[in-house]
Amino acid sequence: MSPDSPAAGLPPDPPPPALPGRFALFLAFAKMSLAGFGGVLVFARRAIVDRHRWMTADEFNETFALCHFLPGPNIVNLSVVFGARIRGFSGSIAAFAGLLAPPFLIVTTLALLYAHYGDVPALRRVLNGVSCAAVGLLLAVTWRMMLPLLKRREPVALAMLVAVFIAVGVVRWPLPQVLLATIPLSIAATWLMRRRRAA
Amino acid sequence: MTGIGTLFTIALAFGWLSLFAVGGAAAAIPEIHRIAVELNHWMTEAQFADAFAIAQLSPGPNVLIVTLVGFHVAGIAGALVATLAMCVPTAALAYAVSRLINRAGDSPWPALVQAALVPLSIGLMAASGLILAFAADGSVAAVALTLVAAVLAAATSLNPVWLLVAGGVLGLLGWI
Repeated sequence: MSPDSPAAGLPPDPPPPALPGRFALFLAFAKMSLAGFGGVLVFARRAIVDRHRWMTADEFNETFALCHFLPGPNIVNLSVVFGARIRGFSGSIAAFAGLLAPPFLIVTTLALLYAHYGDVPALRRVLNGVSCAAVGLLLAVTWRMMLPLLKRREPVALAMLVAVFIAVGVVRWPLPQVLLATIPLSIAATWLMRRRRAA
Repeated sequence: MTGIGTLFTIALAFGWLSLFAVGGAAAAIPEIHRIAVELNHWMTEAQFADAFAIAQLSPGPNVLIVTLVGFHVAGIAGALVATLAMCVPTAALAYAVSRLINRAGDSPWPALVQAALVPLSIGLMAASGLILAFAADGSVAAVALTLVAAVLAAATSLNPVWLLVAGGVLGLLGWI
């Protein structure tokens, strides 16, 4: 049976998904952004790879690796790079706006409410409880990310981690200065470790 | 105090910070805290903890905590300036880089640099946790709630939103 005879009973291969226009890009990023409580990345992967099939999993990982490597909010970088790949400059504007405009409006509305009612005792108590729990969530995420380093017992990586934690969290030194000092150090250490392991 | 000068200060502070935001918004919180609370005295510790809570309760990228800081300082204009300053410079950089290189290729450097950045951004996230704990946890019960939420979130696959809701209810009941 020739592959181009779908009428012969078997379902045809799914057609290659059409690439989205600018408005569709805006909508898709707005949706994943509004679905994303505590991080949009999971929803971005689901939408781009699984639902719309605009990218394969490998393409997505590669794009994300680039965005993760560059400074700035990863998911914002991802929206711009993805939009640009699909529709050029205007595509990146559409994805960027879709990702940020709707949650911006929500957060600004909440900020307005907070400015008016932030001193109401009941709301103060609620926010206090929420922020305590939110700090716990952040600690849990940090712990989960730290586990692989602990399991692999990489003394250099752990030393860098502790050094940055003390410099920024305890001594409260400015982030740019600390990173300008530790990034070259960490790259050099990682390079030496890998070379020693390869040798 | 909402003059052009203030907006300019916001733009400069967050635009500069964004270039050092490795590992996402959570890793940038110590510097956002330094800018908003320690350097410029825009917010108190409690207001900063509230902003973090509101940002966690909102959908969208976590970076929107700077929107709340900007709003607190200079209203809607401040919110807009802070958000764009935090997102546009690095987005432009990402755009430019992605146009120059389509793929990482075979060079080992990107992977090596990324591996080198991982421990740094985890150290920064831990610092965020410490700074926010100081801002948010004013009582023994508050510290206990933070620790219980951390253990539950780390050890179970419970949806984090429920932990935030539970924290809010406990707070409303006056237990925290």
